[in-house]
Amino acid sequence: MSVAAFRRPFRRPGVPHSRRSDRDVARLPPHELFGVALQGLRTRKLRAALSALGIAIGIGAMVAVVGVSASSQANLLATIDSLGTNLLTVTPGTTFFGANEVLPSTAVPMIRAMHNVQTVSAVYSVPNANVFRTPFVPSEETGGIGVDATDTGLVKAMNGSVASGHFFDAASENEPTVVLGTAAAQDLQITSATGHVQLFVGGTWFTVIGILNSMTLDTSLDDNVFIGLPVAERLFQVQPSPTEIYVRANVNDVSSVSNLLAATADPQNADGVDVSQPSDVLEARAAAKGQFTTLLLGLGAVALLVGAIGIANIMVISVLERRGEIGLRRALGATRRHISSQFLAESALLAVLGGIAGLVFGAIATWIYSIGQNEPWVVPLYALILAPAAGLVIGAVAGLYPAAKAARLSPTEALRAT
Amino acid sequence: MSAETGGMSAEPTTANGVALELRDVVKEYAGGVQALRRVSVDIRSGDRVAVVGPSGSGKTTMLTILGTLERATSGDVRVAGRDVVKASDSDLAGLRAFEIGFVFQGFHLQDSMTALDNVANGMLYTGVPLRERRESAKVALDRVGLGHRITHRPQQLSGGEKQRVAIARAIAKNPTIILADEPTGNLDSKSGQSVLELLHQLASEGATLTLITHDDHIAETFPRRIQMRDGEIVGDDRR
Repeated sequence: MSVAAFRRPFRRPGVPHSRRSDRDVARLPPHELFGVALQGLRTRKLRAALSALGIAIGIGAMVAVVGVSASSQANLLATIDSLGTNLLTVTPGTTFFGANEVLPSTAVPMIRAMHNVQTVSAVYSVPNANVFRTPFVPSEETGGIGVDATDTGLVKAMNGSVASGHFFDAASENEPTVVLGTAAAQDLQITSATGHVQLFVGGTWFTVIGILNSMTLDTSLDDNVFIGLPVAERLFQVQPSPTEIYVRANVNDVSSVSNLLAATADPQNADGVDVSQPSDVLEARAAAKGQFTTLLLGLGAVALLVGAIGIANIMVISVLERRGEIGLRRALGATRRHISSQFLAESALLAVLGGIAGLVFGAIATWIYSIGQNEPWVVPLYALILAPAAGLVIGAVAGLYPAAKAARLSPTEALRAT
Repeated sequence: MSAETGGMSAEPTTANGVALELRDVVKEYAGGVQALRRVSVDIRSGDRVAVVGPSGSGKTTMLTILGTLERATSGDVRVAGRDVVKASDSDLAGLRAFEIGFVFQGFHLQDSMTALDNVANGMLYTGVPLRERRESAKVALDRVGLGHRITHRPQQLSGGEKQRVAIARAIAKNPTIILADEPTGNLDSKSGQSVLELLHQLASEGATLTLITHDDHIAETFPRRIQMRDGEIVGDDRR
């Protein structure tokens, strides 16, 4: 038999000879590498799941922290947006000696006359007036409910709304009618303004005509009941000296209006007037929540580090256990690089799967939290990309040493190992 | 096929038909232990050779050098006509992927894979797509008489069947050289006998078969027997 006949022995099966180049190069295309890595993980499912869990917990914690924080911030910012950032409040300050200043009765008409002011409303304290369901309630059981006089523009100025009934109009502000803040209504156990409910306010029967929803920009108003200013002046001799003035400025002129407000409210004693912007307070609260997030993210990062060490540990053990497989792969034509890529890919895949699982855990945790807090469910877009990407990086770094170790193994030693 | 590239000849076998060639090969391990002492041997294409000797005689070392799994400390080694002394890791890997089929005493099958995929895996590093690998694997399993067990996993197969799967993995890519390291060592005599017959039959169809054994009865079935002792060739009989 001639030598040529032996050269390509089994011509029918196997690698088509057309594929054999002059220089046969061992190769492992990326999709095959992925398949090999996946196979490696599937062979040891429980171990893979447990080591991915470390990464999942770390990333899950971070996603949850970011998500919860983003949800509450979104809630605050949405509230601010809906209420507007153009509300300014004017209150009497305190004197140098600590006594309360008093705003002049001209303050409201003066501010109303300013440029770039949309709406002005004010509340006036009604001292010595208490609210009772009946005259038979002992006079000391006031329930802490205050009585304020106000004008017809309060709800509009506060971007508030009426839960039941209606607010004062030009007619009802002159009559003995009362509108309840939401907390005050709860205390008085009044749920509806219909049905001619009457309250005993400062020794006179008043008819309840409305119940307000919570005033988010100034929740202290929720504890009060409101009567019309003309009635208050007539029945309780209230001085028309406002305890708080609410000013809606044009959105683009908030700061210029703010600068002029004190001098306009009390030209003779501008220093005795405090001006503030309630939305600033809410924004500061949102920012404070963000600070807290940084701390928790740090804790999440520690969890991730522990997870990464866990993966490196498992991969080193895996390399030792799979020496036989490594030797076989070398015998089948794997280069050192193929072997190291395989273990690197397994480690990275493990951590990416952990990252995706963590993303899901974190998103679910955020969702449960947001339902509990009645807030919008927000998982920041960057978390969707960063969670698997962080897994990839962590897995690749954790896999470096085991991969190098696997590639260094001598194939014969590896084959002898089993 | 043409030109020489990077010290590797393009032809898998040389014009004179020598598939495996060792020239004054020394293999020394750390600590100064010499496993091979100036060994020279030619194995021609299509030869069926048994390398026989007691343990520690250097026969496994010789096989791993012929299989390019280890490099010689000194001397010339040519495998399938290629000078492997100067070749890079990836050149050697290419040689193993395309030209050499290994059969080991310990089978080295992956328990999580079917027989078919274990065999198809033998061609993983050739770059052939999975579908084609499986087709070739099916043909190879038919050739070793396991066409009916392709979906079985190793733990569902007998020892003899496992070794047949391993042989199918070695031959599925049409290697020019088959290197077998005590392939019947873990088998009972009956399975061992049938595995041996299978190897003879496959080799008689064209491949170069080099088999290591410490069993003289097995060596007797080969047309050529190389005897080793203490890292040297002490006998080379041909029938």
